[in-house]
Amino acid sequence: MSWHIAALQQLVNGLALGSVYALIALGYTMVYGIIKLINFAHGEIYMLGAYFGFYALTLLNLSLLPAMLLSMAAAALVGVLLERVAYRPLRNSPRISVLITAIGASLLFQSTAQLVFGASFKPFPQAMPFRRIQLGPVFITNRQLLIFGVAVLLMILLHVLVTYTKFGKAMRAVARDKEAALLMGINVDRIISATFALGSALAATAGILVGMYYNRIDPYMGMMPGLKAFVAAVLGGIGMVPGAVLGGLLMGVAENLVVTLGSSTLRDAVAFAVLIVVLLFRPTGLLGKKGIEKV
Amino acid sequence: MTLLEVEGLTVHYGVIQALKGISFRVEQGEIFTILGSNGAGKTTTLKALSGLVPKSGGRVFFEGRDITTAPSHTLPALGLVHVPEGRRIFAGLTVADNLLLGAYHRRDKAGIKEDLESVYELFPRLAERRKQDAGSLSGGEQQMLAMGRGLLSRPRLLLLDEPSMGLAPVLVEEIFRFIQEINRRGTTILLVEQNAHLALEIAHKACVLETGRVALSGAAREVAADGRIQEIYLGAG
Repeated sequence: MSWHIAALQQLVNGLALGSVYALIALGYTMVYGIIKLINFAHGEIYMLGAYFGFYALTLLNLSLLPAMLLSMAAAALVGVLLERVAYRPLRNSPRISVLITAIGASLLFQSTAQLVFGASFKPFPQAMPFRRIQLGPVFITNRQLLIFGVAVLLMILLHVLVTYTKFGKAMRAVARDKEAALLMGINVDRIISATFALGSALAATAGILVGMYYNRIDPYMGMMPGLKAFVAAVLGGIGMVPGAVLGGLLMGVAENLVVTLGSSTLRDAVAFAVLIVVLLFRPTGLLGKKGIEKV
Repeated sequence: MTLLEVEGLTVHYGVIQALKGISFRVEQGEIFTILGSNGAGKTTTLKALSGLVPKSGGRVFFEGRDITTAPSHTLPALGLVHVPEGRRIFAGLTVADNLLLGAYHRRDKAGIKEDLESVYELFPRLAERRKQDAGSLSGGEQQMLAMGRGLLSRPRLLLLDEPSMGLAPVLVEEIFRFIQEINRRGTTILLVEQNAHLALEIAHKACVLETGRVALSGAAREVAADGRIQEIYLGAG
């Protein structure tokens, strides 16, 4: 296989993986946009989403779509509870306290998952038969298509929600100025809860999609994708919904291209190299405006 | 009829007492102005009324209903609407979206549309810019937007905090004409102002705050004629 076909193949693989990063990055960026917190427990919500999906498919014997919806709802609930119990009481505390709490929550979720679900990995049930489709010189699997399709669909829905609905406008108002939003009669706490619910539901979907893609899930599966999605959100411009999508796709492609260029061991290093470069040269991200941070 | 009744309101910022028990009444249909020098407690009074800062004592009644502990976001639906200092418009959203956020608590689509049209009629410049990013407006236009947004909440009492702040004198007079017009159309107004001269000109009643206490109150004409107001403003004494 010549190198450019290999590169094209990795581009396809990268877009599939990248759309998973984008789904997770959306949660980071929405939560950051609204309460200026990097929710480091977000990767664990993604992990929990995968487990919820796993049990919905195996114990409850649901088919894929209902299992996905159930997992989204359960993860949304966990996200809302996390904010209510761990973050809301610290709303007026220094940002570092909340950040440390988020890291603590992340570890708590990991250990609890290990206790409840077991430390070893579980084979994820294949909710649809495996197929490989040839597209010119490259192959694309039906799972990749599913990942890409579901991710794009959810992103479009989210975009419509944030841009055009009353709820979306209220969300942007809260992100911009909480006090002024209160004076409009907006229940700011409820909007923040809803933001956590939305972000968590997207992460849960990503968890199920990845479970199906790699055939396995484990309590620590959230760490690396969580960090990479965080980098993706920063790369695109944290706090901006289109930025998270762009960042996620770019990260997925970059990671897979590095593999083509010869080194699959550098796979994880790419993400952090990207983070360092972005923070050095364009800390507001690709789509971020200079000085967008409020003083 | 008394619309707003404030009894012995106190506010603490940490150990500092910003309001030391102030009382006043706003009657239906009037323009009531709160004056005072910097740090007298004017903005704190409005923020306490709308629940943005916690009250440490006293009681507040709106149309006879005790709203002392009502959460901020429930007040617009009651008709108590606060247009904050510094406009606080939502940049990144259009002028029209900003206005519609004022109607967030409302469900009456036809009424919202009607009020939107009447705000555009009152402020034609907002109508011209309805699709623009609110952040691109000039200071005067932002003040009009903030007031228009307040009107879309369908206020019974409109709290206006320093509407003239940072505006050129010609714009200040324009804004004050708008305030009078809004009042003429039936909205009661509680106005906090640095510009005492203009405020006393349009207000029916006034109270003057001095370091967290009501130093002077009464009909605007009487307050304007009172020699003590000079003293309070010049900080003599």
